[in-house]
Amino acid sequence: MSTNGSSQGPLWEVFTQEKSGAPHEHAGSVHAPDAELALQNARDVYSRRNEACSIWVVPSEFITATAPADQDAFFDPSNDKIYRFPQHYSTPRGVKDL
Amino acid sequence: MSYDLDQQTQTALFQYLLRLADDRLILGHRLSEWCGHGPILEEDIALSNFALDFIGQAEALLRLAGEVEDKGRSEDDLAYKRDWQDYHCCQLVERPKGDFGFTMARQFFFDAYDFPMWEALTTSSFEPLAAIASKSVKEAKYHLRHSGEWVLRLGDGTKESHDRIQTSVDSLWRYTGELFETDAVHDHLFSQGIAICLSGIEKEWKEIVLPHLTRATLTPPSEEGMVMVSGTRYGAHSEHLGHLLTEMQVLPRAFPDAKW
Amino acid sequence: MTVVNDSDTPEQLEAFQARIDAGETIEPKDWMPAQYRKQLVRMISQHAHSEIVGMLPEGNWLTRAPSLRRKKILLAKIQDEGGHGLYLYCAAETLGVDRTELIDQLHAGKAKYSQIFNYPSLNWADIGVIGWLVDGAAIVNQTMLAKTSYGPYSRAMIRICKEENFHKKQGYELLAQMMEGTKDQQAMVQDAVNRWWWPSLMMFGPSDKDSPNSKVLLKWKVKRKTNDELRQRFINMTVPQANAIGVKLPDPDLQFDEKTKNWNFGEINWDEFWAVVKGHGPCNVERLEARRAAHDEGRWVREAAEAYAEKHSGIKKAA
Repeated sequence: MSTNGSSQGPLWEVFTQEKSGAPHEHAGSVHAPDAELALQNARDVYSRRNEACSIWVVPSEFITATAPADQDAFFDPSNDKIYRFPQHYSTPRGVKDL
Repeated sequence: MSYDLDQQTQTALFQYLLRLADDRLILGHRLSEWCGHGPILEEDIALSNFALDFIGQAEALLRLAGEVEDKGRSEDDLAYKRDWQDYHCCQLVERPKGDFGFTMARQFFFDAYDFPMWEALTTSSFEPLAAIASKSVKEAKYHLRHSGEWVLRLGDGTKESHDRIQTSVDSLWRYTGELFETDAVHDHLFSQGIAICLSGIEKEWKEIVLPHLTRATLTPPSEEGMVMVSGTRYGAHSEHLGHLLTEMQVLPRAFPDAKW
Repeated sequence: MTVVNDSDTPEQLEAFQARIDAGETIEPKDWMPAQYRKQLVRMISQHAHSEIVGMLPEGNWLTRAPSLRRKKILLAKIQDEGGHGLYLYCAAETLGVDRTELIDQLHAGKAKYSQIFNYPSLNWADIGVIGWLVDGAAIVNQTMLAKTSYGPYSRAMIRICKEENFHKKQGYELLAQMMEGTKDQQAMVQDAVNRWWWPSLMMFGPSDKDSPNSKVLLKWKVKRKTNDELRQRFINMTVPQANAIGVKLPDPDLQFDEKTKNWNFGEINWDEFWAVVKGHGPCNVERLEARRAAHDEGRWVREAAEAYAEKHSGIKKAA
């Protein structure tokens, strides 16, 4: 769909990896008409200070997110599963390296 | 700092470093004119990055030139207190910034020369220059990718963009020849392993530029009857350089004792 | 200003206020009062426009920066401002407006931006003063906004504050160096400070008693301090810095109050402030013309990129 040049192009979400081995984290967004320019724009906007060694861009419209109304159903059920954490378990005195 | 160079090499190298530096200083200046006026906010930021890269390269080259000359001139002395006659840039970079298509076509032509040139200079026998090349070649590689992508988009975009950038390609073509001109200065340094083979760079330039223009649905103009611009590095500048330097040098010229 | 919108029920408003009072952060998809959304779009887009228009007075000296180091610093700083405008537009976009729409409003003269950028940058010391006073004032404001209740705005502010660290410092360094320089240089600094001091105090906005939006913005923790509090903090910070480099602030009434530990200051010319806000500053017309020209001259470029993306299904993969 053409917008006669008034548009700033679609929005892309930018994820940057600070150093090799680290996870890619959301850095922000850029506008760009296509994927290659989105990558280049993300580079200029979000790694001006050497903050990235790898960049992902994803069209914002392709991101699916939970809604605030989902919060109870999605996340509360995991907050009483105390047995998933190591602190839940007791160890006989003197036993190491468990 | 002084380097152990014979007289002829020292003179030639000083000259050569100024040529490299001046191209980048003037091009950086032209690019900086876009700051705050780009066609898209993201591209405004990208053009500033280009300008920063070129001004940074020019600074390093001028500093080195000052050291090679060994008369105590700093990079700022060389940038701000040299007359236009002593500038050694080519006319391609002197052209006023024009529209975005003109800027990108110029940039693409320059980058397609700049990248292979820096790549070759990484093996220069003059180590301080090879060190600058190692850093600059990475910048140049990115520049070529960016300007190349824009040439594609403008060439193969709308009819208007195609016509506009084709016009710029046509008008800029005659300024590209002198990028590859050699003379005694260059030949001497080449024989010392300091400078690089410009005819080799010219070949690479064509291998980059010609297929890319085709991909962008653009055509290089016929060179028949075209008089290529030449000799700018030896003082035959365009009128534009004087204006540019008048602006750039105004403060150090007006207040010669001031430090900034 | 009343905050009750037809569609916002008292229960919703109360629950929202409870979240704010509990110190929670509001995210884009959360329920929020229509007025909260509206105020945020107004504030964030004004802030974004200010960054973009703010590139112009500094850009005026880019090609005349007197050393290569200063040229690089200035270019990097203006570029940052473009980046900051971009972060802020993105933050505004999370509230359901499009950047195109916001930019159109700016170009149509319907959106505001900081009045400060409608003053001209006339001598090189202006570049230092813009860093020291204008960015200095902005940082005071932005540090407060980093704690704003709206998540995307807060995150943009945190990033901006981090990056702007050097903006003020480079300006002050530039001025300190000029003050140690020749008489001409010192005169340039004084001239620049004389012209920018009062407008930079106006950057905090009208006095609390004349600031219609302040009350509700504080209640919702969009703002955490009043205009006058921030202005006073800025003045207290700045006076010793002026003294340290030997530049005189153009206010004969500046006086330290031992009791309050504040620097008392003279009357701000609010007529001038409102005139500039309403479009009658020295550069309002030029600034908007420059922005419109960039946009109009860029139209064919954006069209080309759009057409190319359509032909090459650009959204799907990198070339």
